[in-house]
Order: sequence, then structure tokens, then C-alpha cells
Amino acid sequence: MAKKQYAFYPGCSSQKGATASNFLTSLDVVVQKLDLQLNEIPDWNCCGASIGYAEGGELPRLVINARNLAIAEKELPGQDMVSGCPACWLATRETHERLAEHANLLAETNVALKEAGLNLNNTVRARHMTEVLIEDIGWDAMKAPVVKPLDHLKIAGYVGCQTNRPFGIAGESFENPKYLDKMIETVGAEAVKYDQKVTCCGGALAFSEPDKSQKQIRDIVEAAYDGGADLIVTPCQLCQANVEVYQSEINKKHGTKLNMPVVYYTQLMSIAYGGTAQQAGLDGQVIKADKLAAIAKK
Amino acid sequence: MTTNANSANQNALARYKNNFLKEVEANVEDGHMVKMCMQCGVCAGSCPLGPAWQHSPQKIFMMIRAGKREEVLGSDSMWMCTSCYNCIVRCPRQLPITHIMHGLANYAHRLDLAPKGQPTREIAKLFWDNLVKTGRVNELKFSLAMYFKDGFGQGVKNAMAMQATGLGLLKAKRLNPMELVGGHKCKDIGGFRKMVAKAREIEDRRRGLA
Repeated sequence: MAKKQYAFYPGCSSQKGATASNFLTSLDVVVQKLDLQLNEIPDWNCCGASIGYAEGGELPRLVINARNLAIAEKELPGQDMVSGCPACWLATRETHERLAEHANLLAETNVALKEAGLNLNNTVRARHMTEVLIEDIGWDAMKAPVVKPLDHLKIAGYVGCQTNRPFGIAGESFENPKYLDKMIETVGAEAVKYDQKVTCCGGALAFSEPDKSQKQIRDIVEAAYDGGADLIVTPCQLCQANVEVYQSEINKKHGTKLNMPVVYYTQLMSIAYGGTAQQAGLDGQVIKADKLAAIAKK
Repeated sequence: MTTNANSANQNALARYKNNFLKEVEANVEDGHMVKMCMQCGVCAGSCPLGPAWQHSPQKIFMMIRAGKREEVLGSDSMWMCTSCYNCIVRCPRQLPITHIMHGLANYAHRLDLAPKGQPTREIAKLFWDNLVKTGRVNELKFSLAMYFKDGFGQGVKNAMAMQATGLGLLKAKRLNPMELVGGHKCKDIGGFRKMVAKAREIEDRRRGLA
């Protein structure tokens, strides 16, 4: 069967040596087992993330995203764009939709794109990796490559914000999306009851308002303990980093003993599909996910 | 206040007189939707940083209609937005609240009426400047610029306080010291920068900020 082709937008945090580089590592096994082909968009740029608006305004923000869409349209024709990062996906999809609705903004965007020798017809659909897995691959095919079911592992499915709002996955509710729990069950683990599933980790404000963000993060981690979870799983790069790396800061300030591993859904899949701990990027955890790594060794 | 921001501010005052709603509609992203707010307060109850800001989005929208220009543009509220989009999906009138808050923050920042030294305002500017330089965000330079934004002494203190976190990421190969000298970037950085400059020029002209 021919591989399904996608124009791939990795995003800044997934680059080698960046905070979410282990996401990209773990995606490799998933892509191979599910017969996907991710074609990196040549010379892609940053999406502006969630705080680009303050200095960037509206049009410059739309334009930087339009550049990626225009390159994909030209170099990888006919392919949907897919990103693993919710911020990249959100910014690109928002750009695609807004330019489709407002002809004047598309015209202005093309005036700016011309400076970089590009033009956008706005034909490329921007999608998130979880959407591709659920809609194009499907649950049965996602389950088929499982050779090491994650038996006895209890996992809190932390969806966070931007994978879920404002667009989300078709057919899912904003308040209680079920797909991440279903992914946890698909790889043989147990999805625990978790009431902070869609709570905000503070996002970029983890840098500028550390105390306020760390209050959010503490709630997110403590609820996972309350549910009896061994680890947290998330589809979001910023959620992963914030919720994992600030636990030690919270412990220092409040005398708590938080030590909850936080991994990506692709890392679960990678291990369940028979990948090694290294292939699953588990050497990239700041808080080691020992129980998950142990399954890889079985 | 810079001369440019000051003259843009004077122009806006002269142009819109006391009609701040009209000014917001013309110059703020999705500002034309402000008048749709029915003051139900769902946004106020949905914001994760609700207890932290001076005015809820609901109040901000009423203040805009009441012409409270200085109070709105000088409020810290927009800078508390984490971009969680809770308010957007819950608003019964479907106001794009997150976008309006971002738009107000941008407008207040560009007129230099936003609170001085507001930490999110500062890091947001550092973030954009960082990405325009290379086309991609350099996480290490961005972190260091944040730590050192209040001078060298404070920067060393900040960096020391976060040392354990940094070392954890370094050990996990999620922080690369080489990013300081080179790092990831767009090949066509010249074209990228010209394109961003053109977009800003068009938008500034449209909003009387040029």
C-alpha cells in the first residue's frame, strides 16, 4: 500500500536539541508502523506561538504562517499540512481560515509574501497529528501494531488547551474530550479518572508569571496523583515542558514531593509498538518514566 | 513614550475624539465584535488567571463602550491571557475574546500606553524579536534574554535560581549550548525579514501607526 503523504511542519520546539526534540524522536516509530510519510516543509519558519501577537500584531502574524502554507502549496502540492505541535497547528489553521474568509487580508498577505518570492492560493489544510491518527489512520489500525500492550500502567490523559480549543478534534467536546483516554486504552493502558484534563498550564506565562502558572501546574499534577496515575500523557509540547520541568520548582517553594513523569502520546505508542526506550525518546525525560521504560525491556 | 508612539496616540485621539469604541473597531483585531458582548460574565468565570487581573474581559468590553480609553489600554488584564481559548469556546455570543484581548494588548503596546515593565509584555517583545532575527525561535537565547532583561546582576541571580531546571534539560538533551553561537534558522532569512517588515508597514499604515 502506498504511504500516506503529508507536508510536515515540525516547529521550533521539536528541532534537535530543543525542548520537545524527544517528541520528534518518538514520532519516528509511529510513522514507520502506520505507513505515513512526513515530508518536511522546506525552510519552514516559526508560527509566532501564543505570545507573538504583542509585538507582531495581526498581519505580520498571519503572514509568517502564510509563508509556511505557501511553501507547502508550491513544493508539496496536494498534501495536507500536519504538525505535532498544537501552537503551530492552531496558528496555521487560524491563518488558513481567516485568509479564506477575508479576501482583503489574503490580498495584503500576498503583497508581503511577494517580498520572499512567494504567493498563496490558500488551498492547504492545516491539521494536527492526533487528527491524522484518528481520522486518516483510525482506531483499529492504530491498535494493530501493538506488540507490547502497556498492561497495568495507569495514565492521566492531559489534553490541555490548544489541541482542544478553539478548534479541537471533530466530534469531541471542549469540556471533556475523550480521544486521549481512548488512545491510552488503545495501547493497552488504563486511563484514570482525571479532573484537570483540559486545565491550562499557564502556557507562555510560565516564564513571565511563574507563581500563577505553577499554581496551575500543581493542580494538574496533584489531580493525576489523586486519580492514582503512574504518569501523565499529553499531546502538547508546551504542556509537557511546563508540567514536567517546574515540578522541582514547586517542590522547592512549597515542600511538596511532586515527581510525576509527563510523556507524549507518541512515546506510549512507540513503546507499545515495540520501540526501545531510546527510540521512544525516554532518555529525554527530566523526570524519568521508569515504569514505561521497563515495558520496553520486557 | 517614544515620539512615534506619542504622535500615533495624538492622531488617534484627534481622529476618534471621544468615541473609543469606534477606535477599537477600526484598530484592534476583531474589535468590531466588542459591541456584541451581552455582559453575562462567562468569560470572567472561565479564565485560568481570573483572580489575577484588574478587569475581566466582560468589564473591559463595557469599559470600551463607556469610553474609558486610558483605563482599558493601561490595564494589565490583556497581559494575563494564557491563550487557553476557554473564553472563546464558552462565549454564548461567540465573541472571539482571546483574539480581542490579544489585539488590545498589541494596540496598547504599540501606542506605549500598556503598563511599563509588565513581564508578559516584555517577554512577548523578546520572543518576537528573537524569531524575526532567524525565522525560528532560539530557545536558549530567548531564555537568557529573559533572565537578563533587568540587568546583569539580576540576570545572574535568575539564571542561578533556574540552574537545576536548565541542567535537567541539558542532561535530557533538550537544551543545546551550541544554540548560543549558531543554531537553527531559515535559509531565506533575508526574504523572511523583508516579508515581515512589509506586513508591518501595511498594517501600520491601515491603523495610523506609521
